[in-house]
Amino acid sequence: MSAQVWTYLIVALSFTLYLYIAYRSRAGSTKDFYVSGGGVKPIHNGMATAADWMSAASFMGMAGIISFQGRDGGVYLMGWTGGYVLLALLLAPYLRKFGKFTVPDFVGDRYYSQTARMVAVLCAIIVSFTYVAGQMRGVGIVFSRFLEVDVTTGVMIGTGVVFIYAVLGGMKGITYTQVAQYCVLIFAYMVPAIFISIMLTGNAVPQLGLGSEVKEGGAYMLDLLDTLSTDLGFHAYTSGVRPVWDVAAITCALMVGTAGLPHVIVRFYTVPSVAGARMSAFWALLFIAILYTTAPAVAAFARANLLQTVNNATYSEVPDWFSKWEETGLLSFEDKNGDGRIQYYNDSNPDTDFQAMAAAKGWEGNELTIDRDIIVLANPEIAQLPNWVIGLVAAGCLAAALSTAAGLLLVISTAFAHDLVKRCLKPDISEKAELVYARVAAGGAVVVAAYFGIHPPDYVAAVVAFAFGLAAASFFPAILMGIFQKKMNREGAVSGMIVGIVFTLAYIIYFKFVTPEHNNPDHWLFGISPEGIGTIGMLLNFIVAQIVVRFTPETPLEVQQEVEQIRVPRQITHES
Amino acid sequence: MATPENRRAHWRANLRILATLLFIWAFVSFGCSIFLADALDQIRFGGFKLGFWMGQQGSIYVFVGIIAYYVWRMNKLDRQYDVHED
Repeated sequence: MSAQVWTYLIVALSFTLYLYIAYRSRAGSTKDFYVSGGGVKPIHNGMATAADWMSAASFMGMAGIISFQGRDGGVYLMGWTGGYVLLALLLAPYLRKFGKFTVPDFVGDRYYSQTARMVAVLCAIIVSFTYVAGQMRGVGIVFSRFLEVDVTTGVMIGTGVVFIYAVLGGMKGITYTQVAQYCVLIFAYMVPAIFISIMLTGNAVPQLGLGSEVKEGGAYMLDLLDTLSTDLGFHAYTSGVRPVWDVAAITCALMVGTAGLPHVIVRFYTVPSVAGARMSAFWALLFIAILYTTAPAVAAFARANLLQTVNNATYSEVPDWFSKWEETGLLSFEDKNGDGRIQYYNDSNPDTDFQAMAAAKGWEGNELTIDRDIIVLANPEIAQLPNWVIGLVAAGCLAAALSTAAGLLLVISTAFAHDLVKRCLKPDISEKAELVYARVAAGGAVVVAAYFGIHPPDYVAAVVAFAFGLAAASFFPAILMGIFQKKMNREGAVSGMIVGIVFTLAYIIYFKFVTPEHNNPDHWLFGISPEGIGTIGMLLNFIVAQIVVRFTPETPLEVQQEVEQIRVPRQITHES
Repeated sequence: MATPENRRAHWRANLRILATLLFIWAFVSFGCSIFLADALDQIRFGGFKLGFWMGQQGSIYVFVGIIAYYVWRMNKLDRQYDVHED
């Protein structure tokens, strides 16, 4: 069977499975819709959290970035897993004890302020929409490349499926489909990784294959990669080129941003107890770590395969996958020196010896442009794996994108129906009416997401920096101080959040949109890139809050007692 | 009984555990994998340079270990101070 038939088959099977599960777990109440009734087992919640968290960016983007950046790409690995340590230790158990439905719920109640609630609602919606746009792009790529349908049709099918299970099932439907999606995506990620690891190094464990000797030539995988890279003028794979402080700032912003993302936090409201929240954080990171420790191996194998197969290959003899990707526009070849061969090298390497060597060989500039996002998807084809593996990877990528999109859509609908309508505008609304609002909002959000998928903003990568920067500079400090600093008051928290958000947004907008030509270390504040600026925004948030709290009225006593309450797992019935 | 004294003692013990675990968290990520990475790269095991391995593999294993220990330790602590659920 051809790869396309396999892809149709596997994708159709997986979609049927998701819809079946969604049908089995429809939501009857708002509690079902928002937090799945609050009775999800920790291991299931761990899997659902992992699928919720691992998006198209984790599945296909991350290994691609590492593949091109080498050691510097490690910021994503550490940033996106280290954040779970913060989440597990500092936020999850306490938010579970607090026991409401959403992040704006906590912020609004803890800081006894509708302003704080509104700021939180706004942040939650911006962060989630930013993120959804990235998922829909992933869905579009998979459909156009593997199923060879029009992107519009592809996005319509994808959002249609999400629409059905998110609107019908709410959090309950999402949770159990995410469990299934985790299984699909992890299987789809591991199978090609194991195949390629065996082919290249003879070691079936990709994490170990990365440090093994390659079959041909006997050099260590990573040493071979360093040599291949430097021969073509790229920096050595295992060495970093970004300034150390910037790497630290980006890692920190990603970690703190991860811990502050509303669609991840809300998952910890779905388990029955505080101990369950801790346990499900452990399961979540364990399930995530399986993919995240495999990703650097996939990245290295793909890089080695790419450099060995593509460079200096004759264009008329390139394999089928090459021209298929060319059709999507994500891969392009321009024969600058007219020799009919593909030259792929770093033509901006300042080293004069290297330039002389390239000129002597008749190279007249790099001729191949590769979008990093295609690395994982193209990997099975580059390594000539069986056709069913190609179909599996496509289904895995869809699982990753749809599970995350569904989680985000739910945050948007909850923020609208619960935080805005129920808690602000119409407090006396009935549960049934609230559920209608929630479903309508989810439906509306799906339509907006579909629009983004069909007309993807060409700055998707840039706007993702917003999501993490915003979460790091707003939610994380506000929640943390809400738990660990009993006396933190409304004025301190709100001014901290506003300063953090305004600073972070202004910095990112300035460098990404106003003067992109200045976006380099010479102009950055303290040498920190827009990707890492959330760290400074977070620090500003803390500092401003600490100053303001000293000059403003103290937190009401009943709020302080509420904080004491969330610090211990057991419900305290009498206050002494 | 979850007396106020018990709860305060529980909270202090909780903060001590957090401080220790967060120190390890920062040490393996910001320490070993970023600021000390070049120095650690001098040490090799198998095909790995230690600094590179910490950044792309080791730190993640340690993170999983930190949460596993935290879950076990906190469950014990809750019972010790009698503030556990049900």
